[in-house]
Amino acid sequence: MSDVKSKVMSIIVDKLGVAEDEVSADASFTNDLGADSLDTVELIMEFEKEFNIAIPDDQAEKIQTVGDAVSYIEGNAK
Amino acid sequence: MELKRVVITGLGALTPIGNTIDEYWDALKSGVSGAATITKFDASKFKTQFACELKNFNVEDFMDRREARRLDPFSQYAMVSASEAVANSGLDLEKINLERAGVIWGSGIGGLTTYHEETKQFVEGDGTPRFSPFFIPKMIVDIAAGHISMKFGFRGPNYVTVSACASSNNAMIDAFNLIRLGKSDVIITGGSEACVNEPGMGGFNALKALSTRNDSPETASRPFDLDREGFVLGEGSGALILEDYDHAIARGAKIYAEVVGSGLSADAHHITAPHPEGLGAISVMEQALEEAGLKPEDIDYINVHGTSTPLGDMAETKAIKHVFGEHAYKLNISSTKSMTGHLLGAAGAIEAIACVKALENNLVPPTINHFMDDPDIDPKLNFTFNKAQERNVRYALSNTFGFGGHNTSVIFKSYEG
Repeated sequence: MSDVKSKVMSIIVDKLGVAEDEVSADASFTNDLGADSLDTVELIMEFEKEFNIAIPDDQAEKIQTVGDAVSYIEGNAK
Repeated sequence: MELKRVVITGLGALTPIGNTIDEYWDALKSGVSGAATITKFDASKFKTQFACELKNFNVEDFMDRREARRLDPFSQYAMVSASEAVANSGLDLEKINLERAGVIWGSGIGGLTTYHEETKQFVEGDGTPRFSPFFIPKMIVDIAAGHISMKFGFRGPNYVTVSACASSNNAMIDAFNLIRLGKSDVIITGGSEACVNEPGMGGFNALKALSTRNDSPETASRPFDLDREGFVLGEGSGALILEDYDHAIARGAKIYAEVVGSGLSADAHHITAPHPEGLGAISVMEQALEEAGLKPEDIDYINVHGTSTPLGDMAETKAIKHVFGEHAYKLNISSTKSMTGHLLGAAGAIEAIACVKALENNLVPPTINHFMDDPDIDPKLNFTFNKAQERNVRYALSNTFGFGGHNTSVIFKSYEG
């Protein structure tokens, strides 16, 4: 597992209180992992903090699954 | 229009001396102090280094981590005691009319921990705002009532009353009135507070409101004692189920006590000091007696506000003597804050529970930590010092007063059918 992916997973497990095996690449934050709109805002903020990046709102809206987050961060991490 | 009778059919408590109703009452009876050195943060630079914290409380015993993270401690405490009270009431949520079931909660301050943590993170950062989306909904004081309603599906009246240390009495009085008027069948009321943190301790210390007896925390809360020198901050929550009497009877509920009178007033005097003659306190006790249709001689027990401050205890004593005259000497008076510390906006709730248990058990919980009489406080008054006293308690009155000059009084009656 890539370093980015494992960090993303641990943030999701921590913030959403889900089990690690539920966090598959295609799991949707809202549909599969029980997040509401406030949770997803918080997840994006945690990704920004952990990876020291700024995710613009229009990009953040497109990050809906675990895989979306990993690929966005891998493509934009400094 | 005929007013409904209002009864208490459920209780819940999460306090510094007991995490359930039974533990709380056992500790009240036996005169246990909840004060100890602060464990939540390093208080070594604070003038007061102790408080009445909850003991052995692990929020994840009551809710999952995700829910706990979305709630400030004051809301977590609210959920725990409200849940105990609902379970205790035996309410069948499938059978009651949820449109007529409300939540009226009290808290003096709300999410101070959340406010502190979020603003601290911002101030220590580079100016980029990274506030959590949960910052506002965790902090706002009304949210406790919202969370309780979501848990139980109560869709009736829903709000939080804010009047500093009188908050949960205000909540209870509003609940009492709404049920009396026939607008609700059942209301979860009470209050919660969670201010044992850096700004809470620092702020009350700056006001010189807190005891600084760091070498003996367990004897620091000593209401009416000569050497009282401030209150001891406490945290926690109390919940009561208030219910329309006919509704309670129809479902075969256990009835603990009846709410029969209330009083509301302001001192219109000073932000933190009580009126020296206790004018506002006199008014609320008189109103409560009148509303209940009682004479002063009918009251057996007064659970006083009695925070252990020099001025407050004196003013309240004067007010009691004014209202009760010669009967003042026949009353049992006690300040359970000597044991629990001062739970601010939750004080009225846990003290209402102390009154209900006193009515139920015919036992008056003590004012512990009495060492020396104060010559300025009438020694003929019975403050139930140091040890619980047996007494046939038919009516109990509970006072709470808040910074801002808010005064409240509630009278409870033992249930006799």
